[in-house]
Formats: sequence, structure tokens, C-alpha cells
Amino acid sequence: MGRFIIRRTLYAVITLFILSLTIFTVIRLTGDPVTLLAEPGARPEDLQRIRVEWGLDRPWPIQYLAFVENVATGDLGKSFNYEMPVSALYFQRLPNSLELALAATLISFVIGIPAGLISAVRVNSVWDNAGKVIALFGLAVPGFWLGLVMILVFSVWLGWLPTSGQGGWRNLIMPAVALGWYFAASLLRLTRSSMLEVLRSEYIKLARLKGLPGYVVVAVHAFKNALIPVLTLAGVNLVVMINAAVIIEVIFAWPGIGRLLYEGIFQRDFPLVQGVVMEAGIMIVGINLLIDILYAYIDPRIRLTK
Amino acid sequence: MTFVTERSRTVIAAAPPAATGRVKRGLRLAREVPLVPLAILVPFVLIALFANFVAPYDPTEPIAGAKIFEPPVWMAGGSAHALLGTDFQARDVLSRLIFGARVSLIVGVTGTIVAGSIGTTLGILSGYLGGWIDQAIMRVTDAWLALPGLVFAIFLATMVGPSMWNIVIILGAVYWTRYARVIRGEVLSLREREFVKLAEIAGASRIRVILRHILPNVLNSAMVLASLTIGVVIIAEASLSFLGVGVPPPQPAWGSMLSDGRSMLMVGDWWLTVFPGLCIMLVVLATQLLGDWLRVRLDPQLRNL
Repeated sequence: MGRFIIRRTLYAVITLFILSLTIFTVIRLTGDPVTLLAEPGARPEDLQRIRVEWGLDRPWPIQYLAFVENVATGDLGKSFNYEMPVSALYFQRLPNSLELALAATLISFVIGIPAGLISAVRVNSVWDNAGKVIALFGLAVPGFWLGLVMILVFSVWLGWLPTSGQGGWRNLIMPAVALGWYFAASLLRLTRSSMLEVLRSEYIKLARLKGLPGYVVVAVHAFKNALIPVLTLAGVNLVVMINAAVIIEVIFAWPGIGRLLYEGIFQRDFPLVQGVVMEAGIMIVGINLLIDILYAYIDPRIRLTK
Repeated sequence: MTFVTERSRTVIAAAPPAATGRVKRGLRLAREVPLVPLAILVPFVLIALFANFVAPYDPTEPIAGAKIFEPPVWMAGGSAHALLGTDFQARDVLSRLIFGARVSLIVGVTGTIVAGSIGTTLGILSGYLGGWIDQAIMRVTDAWLALPGLVFAIFLATMVGPSMWNIVIILGAVYWTRYARVIRGEVLSLREREFVKLAEIAGASRIRVILRHILPNVLNSAMVLASLTIGVVIIAEASLSFLGVGVPPPQPAWGSMLSDGRSMLMVGDWWLTVFPGLCIMLVVLATQLLGDWLRVRLDPQLRNL
């Protein structure tokens, strides 16, 4: 187990190393970062001052080492526009993004798990086909368009819900549905396939042979085991939703991390964009590492293979 | 000698079935064409190809004499010169949708081809060569997967600057990872198959083995993955254009049309929001259905993807 954890952690560190190298290289290959940092039309001497101030006059490898050192110590640079450390901004917005992501996760559970369950228990029935249609639309209807249409219907035409901003639960409904929509479809598919797999297994056959009623077999014996991969996906999804809800947060003026990234793009606040992207990568690599270790802890076969 | 003939027979058996079943298969295919996805996709492709002839107006210029935000023709205030209404510059929404189809389909298809080429190449190299090359490629794949595709694409687009072909390259560079993973897995098992072993024993170079024996056997999976990637790429392009880092104005793209229409949503000018979104939905829906159909046809093992 110890060796497994060490190897996985090493992989995670390598992953982050490559990610940081990619971000670093892309920024320098696509132009002079100084021009991104300075106001448009800045004088040459100002450019030079910024270059020295940010250490951009040094050779690339040294710049990279400095970048890695900063990231490792939690210093992601200072936002140009806010004149604040990027990590401080990130963690300031995190609770808002978490609130939205939790609500969206709840929505995706409420739609995805029951529908996936029914689809699996009644394979090829009307229910299953309805589930397939939901799954298909989950992929094909972009969440941000769903959000716009909901604003049109529920805010503009019916006047039931506020269009944007943060406030009570009524502000949360539409962004949560728009964000959770896609993830509901993916949970539905996974619940269905995971349930189907479990229902085919030997111990379920035994439970049926014992004469247990069908609903006990499904609810107690099968569902509990089928839930493990589903909850794993939900965990990963939560972290993705926190960091990737850019358009939904823009549409609903939700002051989260996605909107921070969007502001960074528009104000050409390049340390902010770089920092948020790096922070998102760290969080996602972290959650994946955690899940890998938890799985290995639960299931010895995983840590023994390879 | 018997041993050799035995082996070569196995090779023949393992090779994909030749022309004998082709006619039969053709007939079966004809019977079971994916009617719904084709019924949606064919018109969109034709419209995109012949946009210059189909579109009533120049999509980047205002209609002479038209007002801004005219509703569609069937509503009060609409007029016959702009069937689906006009936008904030009095441009024809229908013409912009038609030219937008061209952008979406070009980016969707070429972006998928770029992603598929990168991913398939890396997947084959990783799976066939193994060793440190495999390790290196897989770690890069992990790093790429560590970022949500859209966030990565937004980052790249911000840095590179907007243009349609930049978006194609960016989306290709972001969405290759799934191919690399799946294809690598397939190559790992292909590598152990007898026809590959035999080719190696017969002295075929690595490049020859890859091109003649490995590549043709992973193309089915690559095709299935491609059909499923197109929709993702189209939505990603629309998202980038919506955020203003995609296809730059005045070139019409469905994503930037949604963004333009957003300001008028509050007044209830629904046509600016509903039509571009419906187009995205229909095209993605059709490619997904086509992908499902292909998956069942070509590669039942991928059913769980």
C-alpha cells in the first residue's frame, strides 16, 4: 500500500510538472508575455521596466524554475487588475463556486441516479428508452443554451425566477440545472451500466435464488455496490464543476471561479488566467490521486496489479 | 514446414474478412441506414456547402432598409425580407445561421480530424513501442486530462488569439487524449496477436508493422471515437465563440450569435437565442446518434464508452 501511494503521488507530481511546463511554454511561444502584462501602447522603457520587474529578462529555464518554485509554495502570481495574489482571489471565489457546484451535483443526482436505476432494472423497456433520450439530450443540448432558454421562459416570460446574481435558493435553481444537466446525463449512463454489471454477477443470482424479493435484491444488494463508481464520478464532477463552470457563471452573473477566469481573459490579466488554470489542474490532479488511493484501499486487487 | 503452414493459416484466419461478404454487408447496411441522423445532417451539410447560394443575404452586412431586431416573419412587426428576423446590426438571422453552419461543421470536422490524428498516432506509438516512450506519452495524456477540456481551450485561445483555424488547432490539441488512451489499449492487445508477431519475425520494420498491421486494425475505433468527438468539438467551438475567444466577428458563428442575442433576452427577443441553439442541438444530436449507430456497427466492445 505504501509503495502504491508513493508511485501514485509521483505520477501526480509528474502530471503537474508537465502541466506547468505546458502552460509556461504556451505563454512564451505565443508571444512576448511582457506585451500581455503591459497596457496596450506602453512605451519601450515601461516594457523594459516590467520585463525586469517580473524577471522576464532572465533565461527561460531560470524563469521556469522560478515559476515552479512559486507554484510549489502556493504563490501563483499577482493579478494585474485586482492587484491581489491570484491564490487569494481564487480562494475568495471558491465558496461561491462550491455552492453552485453542490447544487448542480444535487440536481444531477436527482435526475441521473433514479433514471439510471430504472433503466437498468427494466432494460429495453419504455423507461430504458426514456433514459436513453435523456442521456442523449444531456450531451446534445449545451448547458449554457439551456440556461439562456430558462432565463427566457422562467424569468422574462413567466417572471418566476430572478435572472442572475447570487442570493437565496431561487437564484440558484437555474444555474444549477444548467450546470448539472450534462453531468446528470453522464451519471445516468454510468448508473445504468454499473447496475447492469452488478445485476449480472453471481452474488445477485444467489440473492435471487435465496428467494429474496426483487426490490430487496435491487435496493440493498445491487445498488450499494453499483453506487461506488457513480459516487467516484460525482466526486470528480464536483471538482470539474467548481473550476469549469465558466459560461454558466457568466450567463447568470455568478461570482465564482469560472467568472474570475472570464474576467481575466477580458482584462488581459494574464497572471490571473495562468494562475486559475494552474489551480484548477492542481485540484483535479489532487482529487484523482485521492480517489486512486481510496480505491486501492478498498480493493487490494488494484494496488497489487502493475 | 508443417509448423509454418499452420501459422500462416492462422494469420489468414486472423486477417479481416475479404471481399466475399462485402455485397451481403452492403445490402444489410442499406437496409439499416441511420435515417434520423442523416435526415438532420445531410441538409445541414448541403446548406453549409452551398451557403453562398442558399443564404438570402450577406451575413456580415445589414439588410438595406431593414430595422434592427425585427422579429421573424410570422410575428407582428416581422417582414418577409428577413424570415427569421434581424439582429442588432439589422443583419439577416437566417443568413447568419446558414453561414454559421459552415463554421460549425468545418471546425467540428477538421478539429476532430486533428484530434484524431494526434491521438491515434500517440496511442499507437505508446502501445506498440512501450517502455519509456509509453510512459512519457501517458504522463502527457494525464497532464492534458488534468484540465477540463473547455478551460484548457479557453486558456489556449486567450493566448493564441482568435481565428477559425486557430480554434481548429486548439480544439484538436485539447481533445486528442481519449483517442490516445483507447487506441493504446487496443494496440497493447494487437501487439500480442499472431499476425503482428509473425510480421515481426518475418523481419518487417517497426514502421511497416505499424502502418500495415496495427493502423488498419485500430481505424474502426478511431472512427467511432471521431463520430462521438464531433459533437463535443462543435459545442466547444460554440462555447469559445460565445465567450468571445472563438471565431472572431463579423464572421457568423452560432456561439457568437447566442452571445449577441443575450443582451436582448431580457426584452424577450427570443429568436436571437432560440434559433442558433436549436441548430447546435440538432447537429450535435445527429452526430451523437450517428456515433451510436457506428459504434454498434463497427465495434461492439466500445459500447460502454
